[in-house]
Amino acid sequence: MIAQSFNYEAPHTLTEAIHLLQHYGDDAKILSGGHSLIPMMKLRFASPAVLIDINNIPGLSDIIIDGDTIKIGALTREVQLEHSDLLKEHYPIFADVTKQIADPQVRNRGTLGGNLAHGDAANDHPAVMLALGASVIATGPDGSRSIDINDFFQGFYTTALEQNEVLTEIYIPVPPDHTGSAYHKLERKVGDYATAGVAVVLTMDGDICKNIGIGLTNVNAVPMRALRSEEFLKGKPLTDQNVKEAGKLASEDCAPSSDLRGSEAYKRDMGAVLVRRMIASALSRVK
Amino acid sequence: MKINVTVNGTAHEADIEPRTLLVHFIRENLNLTGTHIGCDTSHCGACTILLDGQSVKSCTILAVQANDKTIQTIEGMAANGLHPLQEGFHENHGLHCGYCTPGMIMRASELLANNPNPTEDEIRWGISGNLCRCTGYNNIVKSIQYASAKMRGETPASTEPQFV
Ligand SMILES: Cc1cc2nc3c(=O)[nH]c(=O)nc-3n(C[C@H](O)[C@H](O)[C@H](O)COP(=O)(O)OP(=O)(O)OC[C@H]3O[C@@H](n4cnc5c(N)ncnc54)[C@H](O)[C@@H]3O)c2cc1C
Ligand code: FES
Ligand code: FES
Repeated sequence: MIAQSFNYEAPHTLTEAIHLLQHYGDDAKILSGGHSLIPMMKLRFASPAVLIDINNIPGLSDIIIDGDTIKIGALTREVQLEHSDLLKEHYPIFADVTKQIADPQVRNRGTLGGNLAHGDAANDHPAVMLALGASVIATGPDGSRSIDINDFFQGFYTTALEQNEVLTEIYIPVPPDHTGSAYHKLERKVGDYATAGVAVVLTMDGDICKNIGIGLTNVNAVPMRALRSEEFLKGKPLTDQNVKEAGKLASEDCAPSSDLRGSEAYKRDMGAVLVRRMIASALSRVK
Repeated sequence: MKINVTVNGTAHEADIEPRTLLVHFIRENLNLTGTHIGCDTSHCGACTILLDGQSVKSCTILAVQANDKTIQTIEGMAANGLHPLQEGFHENHGLHCGYCTPGMIMRASELLANNPNPTEDEIRWGISGNLCRCTGYNNIVKSIQYASAKMRGETPASTEPQFV
């Protein structure tokens, strides 16, 4: 399978990349890891006239701490996320999620920015970023702007990025004390997209759940947070009863579709089970 | 578009269409047909090569993206006699039809470069992006264990290949 013809540009600076985006308009697409875009182009689901490869632009793949923010470059690859000591120290959820994305060869290429910009509710990072309360930094002709992750995913494969913007960084908060995090997805085989997946990031105050983020993978047309479950748990102890109720609320709020991975009812049930398990898992990691 | 790549130590210059996939460039322009196309959908790993030392699926990379980079394919592995991985697959019956083998070996070579003494689980995890329709994987795992021991300077344990 070979994609339709296109022109290929490989700028060495961000400014140049943005100029090219402005110049070519809707005909152009950014190429990061290419592991969502190239398969789509081979199947002719996407036929951009121009690809703007941002892999030669330096400075887009650093993971650093700046005050109370962890900044991750958009071009950071899964393999870097998987092995980052900084992320291991603060958020075990990153090791959870990257290990479950595809396989080693795909993880050598796929990027965090591409995973988010693709806007696929089947991808794993969106749910994790929703649970983490991330912000996405988009850089365009007029400079950079920050987009709250809650406003980022707008529809089926649609995000808040403007045509002439490059997703350049992802910001996540350094976790407050007594925070734990976990992600797991049910998959048919290693490297498959999720039947259902759940990300949980929680902060405890003694026995009380002070704050919690719950993101859901592939049980809705758009990546989503289990908002009612979060609200229900905040300020309460994480008793079996409460956690069970949170799982139930999440399974009511999601909107999975029946497909080869399972029926709608099955996916709702798995969502509830995973919410319960990931809360337990995140709680066991609180430090 | 003009590209320059170094493949198995030899520099090549080529003029190609941007839509040319790296796997086609390797097989058709360079005539290095050891790199296979199994699925063409990024799942089977038969097309795995090393790009600047990293294992990648060459059916999901454009040849233009390899500009100014180095590529290693199965043909480059036996430069000084059989590579320990090739020897391991030979000694342990790590292949039947051999279709998946070049991809397996290229993937395993990065695995061993990053982790010279992997556990069996780590090997199985490490080749999770490579499918084999023939062997049931047991002999492939043994082949990689053989190479791992040999590359660490140990004598590989003699194992009975399994026939399944
Ligand atoms: C076999 C296989 C299995 C997979 N399994 C999983 C899985 O289990 N879970 C999972 O989450 N993903 C999975 N993926 C997808 C993989 O993680 C992709 O790499 C990822 O979704 C997209 O990242 P990318 O860097 O490859 O983006 P690309 O493919 O380069 O780009 C994807 C889209 O985002 C846009 N884009 C990319 N970067 C930017 C940017 N910086 N600014 C603006 N727009 C941008 C592109 O224009 C394109 O529209 C799988 C892929 C394959 C091939
Ligand atoms: S041919 Fe590339 S992964 Fe199957
Ligand atoms: S040996 Fe036949 S596919 Fe692996």
